[in-house]
Amino acid sequence: MPNSVPISWYLILSAILFGLGAAGFIFRRNIITVFMSIELMLNVMNVRFTAFSYSFKQVDGHIFSFFVMVVAAAEAAVGLAIILTVFKNRATLMVDEISSMKY
Amino acid sequence: MTALIFFIFAGLAVFCGINLVAQTHPIASALSLIGVMGSLAILYLQLGGEFIAAAQVIVYAGAIMVLFVFVIMLLNAGAEGTSLQVSRLAKYLGIFLLAAFLGLISFVIQAMLPKTEGVVFGVFQGGTALDFGRKLFTVYLLPFEVTSVLILIAIVGAVVLARKEI
Repeated sequence: MPNSVPISWYLILSAILFGLGAAGFIFRRNIITVFMSIELMLNVMNVRFTAFSYSFKQVDGHIFSFFVMVVAAAEAAVGLAIILTVFKNRATLMVDEISSMKY
Repeated sequence: MTALIFFIFAGLAVFCGINLVAQTHPIASALSLIGVMGSLAILYLQLGGEFIAAAQVIVYAGAIMVLFVFVIMLLNAGAEGTSLQVSRLAKYLGIFLLAAFLGLISFVIQAMLPKTEGVVFGVFQGGTALDFGRKLFTVYLLPFEVTSVLILIAIVGAVVLARKEI
């Protein structure tokens, strides 16, 4: 077992998880699961920032990840409020049943 | 040791990610997402990001996922009904094509990156809360203030959207 991990392995892990998030975004039909897939995609990009931060020995990548977290938190608050409103008006959570902009 | 920890937690993250997509009930997906986030926090710690690992656990796994679970419980969201109509050819061919695609991506990433030294735990120690805060409040002060405005807009938007009248 080697004692060090190449930076590229972190990037490959991030690519695989991003692909999974994109697949969940496309294939799932529950709006909450779709939203969680978006969160997954946002989160795995932080791995990439942190890996490059290690590679350049700078803390800047961590700060970008921190901003991504802030945006994800704001997005989660607004998105879940939208989901609540949609459920109140349509009484469904399946994205293929919510096909019209206006009720 | 570094490689062993990487493999354990990267494998756990990928397993939980597959579980997130494969499960039909939203609660199971939410728990899988918490698993992914916890594993990624360990990987951040390995890369020297002490503060960002703590923020990952507190903000993502703590705050955001509690909000998700709260909404799932509030809406009483059940499992998805009948699954999508997928042909058997697509189902079996898709696994091979996915494996080939991931192999290609891995090869491209390996080939593009210069052969630098690998990650060893403890080499980069500039990710502590001290270094992080010093950089955040000097170089990145303006973006930091802008994010506070963003948070304010998000709070107001969430309150407006969650009113009774809409």
